[in-house]
Amino acid sequence: MPNISRAEVAHLAKLAHLAVTDEELDVFAGQLDQILDSVAKVGEVAGEDIPPTSHAVPLTNVFREDVTQPGLTQQQALSGAPAAEEGRFRVPRILGEEQ
Amino acid sequence: MSELTRFTAAELAEKIHGREVSSVEVTQAHLDRIGQVDDFVHAFLHVDADGALAAAKAVDDAIGEGAAPASPLAGVPLALKDVLTTKDSPTTCGSKTLEGWIPPYDATVTRRLREAGLPILGKTNMDEFAMGSSTENSAYGPTHNPWDHARIPGGSGGGSSASITAFEAPLAIGTDTGGSIRQPGAVTGTVGVKPTYGGVSRYGLVAFSSSLDQAGPCARTVLDAALLHEVIAGHDPMDSTSIDAPVPPVVAAAREGRRGDLKGVKVGVVTELSGDGYQGGVLRSFEGAVAQLRELGAEVVEVSCPHFVYALPAYYLIAPSEASSNLARFDAMRYGLRVADDGAHSADEVMALTREAGFGPEVKRRIMLGTYALSSGYYDAYYGSAQKVRTLITRDFDAAFEKVDVLVSPTTPTTAFKIGERVDDPMAMYLSDICSIPSNLAGNAAMSVPSGLSDEDGLPVGLQIMAPALADDRLYRVGAAYELARGEILDRLPELKGVSA
Repeated sequence: MPNISRAEVAHLAKLAHLAVTDEELDVFAGQLDQILDSVAKVGEVAGEDIPPTSHAVPLTNVFREDVTQPGLTQQQALSGAPAAEEGRFRVPRILGEEQ
Repeated sequence: MSELTRFTAAELAEKIHGREVSSVEVTQAHLDRIGQVDDFVHAFLHVDADGALAAAKAVDDAIGEGAAPASPLAGVPLALKDVLTTKDSPTTCGSKTLEGWIPPYDATVTRRLREAGLPILGKTNMDEFAMGSSTENSAYGPTHNPWDHARIPGGSGGGSSASITAFEAPLAIGTDTGGSIRQPGAVTGTVGVKPTYGGVSRYGLVAFSSSLDQAGPCARTVLDAALLHEVIAGHDPMDSTSIDAPVPPVVAAAREGRRGDLKGVKVGVVTELSGDGYQGGVLRSFEGAVAQLRELGAEVVEVSCPHFVYALPAYYLIAPSEASSNLARFDAMRYGLRVADDGAHSADEVMALTREAGFGPEVKRRIMLGTYALSSGYYDAYYGSAQKVRTLITRDFDAAFEKVDVLVSPTTPTTAFKIGERVDDPMAMYLSDICSIPSNLAGNAAMSVPSGLSDEDGLPVGLQIMAPALADDRLYRVGAAYELARGEILDRLPELKGVSA
């Protein structure tokens, strides 16, 4: 049975880039524990001889002709940007203080 | 309420194409209705009156000049779920993350609707990123069920189904990842279809769980759903999982079904989708529907699909896993919300703070659940096992469809529950989709058609019909025959409170 600790939830939040609050950690730890407990049931029937299905339609290698097609203009691509400068996305500094 | 909002889409199309009424008049009548009732229902997040009227006028002008209608539904207005991109109006997915975002491109579904001459009235409310069964997870407040204001309209596409129930639109588009078209259809007394996976393009459908997401029609009649299905379906090179095959003849099948004869059709009742946890009134309504299918000439047998009981746990591993990956795109860099960009925070911190501020609790829960299920050490036990269950469920369907043409079950175990009742209990909420999920995992086609009102609470119940992949037409034949035998339901819809006649 899974038993997910508060520290594990904090680690998951970090991996998922979610700056969750202390209060949320308490709530999510309990809820994720309950959900994982329930979904672990899949292990009961997942025998070694059963192939996994990743997709309902068994398609492989869907190709198209290698022809140039029009894409978004620079203006369209930047139209939803939270910040843009000189025709580019402006992003916050990449390095943290400690680096 | 204008008479024009009461007609079916098929009737409206006939009147518009016969120049008995204009598309502008029909569109305006629905915009007026939205103005009268949507404060109460809250089906719409955005109404585009100008865009809809301009599209309607273009249809009227073309017909006036003697041109053939662009499609059998040209001129009939429609509501679009806010998860499909529209380049002239906001697309929020019910999330603060995308508040006010105007996409730079149209989804293929949107483009097909425009080319077919269907004026888009607006964008409908939904659970954030289509994660939920009640629309309570919308960042913009819940939609109310027109049958009872205190109850949920289902989800995630509660806005789409409620809009047609409340006569704000004759047609709507939904998307179904685990039941988000069918369950809202069931609890609002309307028709909802999840086509075969790959039948309708996903290009421009903001991704939640890519191997499960499928757009489809919502309507008040089976024939209307079929007409809309044919407008939006078909191969699209922009979606690599789109099926390159002819669209099943769903309109012809709906018309055939309306002849009321199901002789030679074999119907299987799924043993596992019944029993404990199902409301009495839902089961009685379902039994009544099965009896009616027999009276129509169908041969009914019971069929066991033993692995369906594992569908819900498999889904709540697969969908969150895919979501945790898909929603990584909301990184506060190229579009959408950005907070704490004050020079003091690094890009990493801005990203984490933005996702914290922009996502609601259910989205965060699923991202973390998916992150867990995919992490090394747990992958085989969770995600890997869920993929194996997916194989077993597909095998159950294959074996069942060797014996019968369609399978039936209730669409969802209960009628509409009260707003707030399950919001703090994720597992209780997830149970709403226990009957609809198997068809998402296997990728086959499924429909919910109303089976009347529950005898204990007077709320709508849905009959789910399931057909093999690419045999969507069977849903429409059986659904249309049953619908005609069942009789009218929406004439019993209570007058919406707080609305002046």
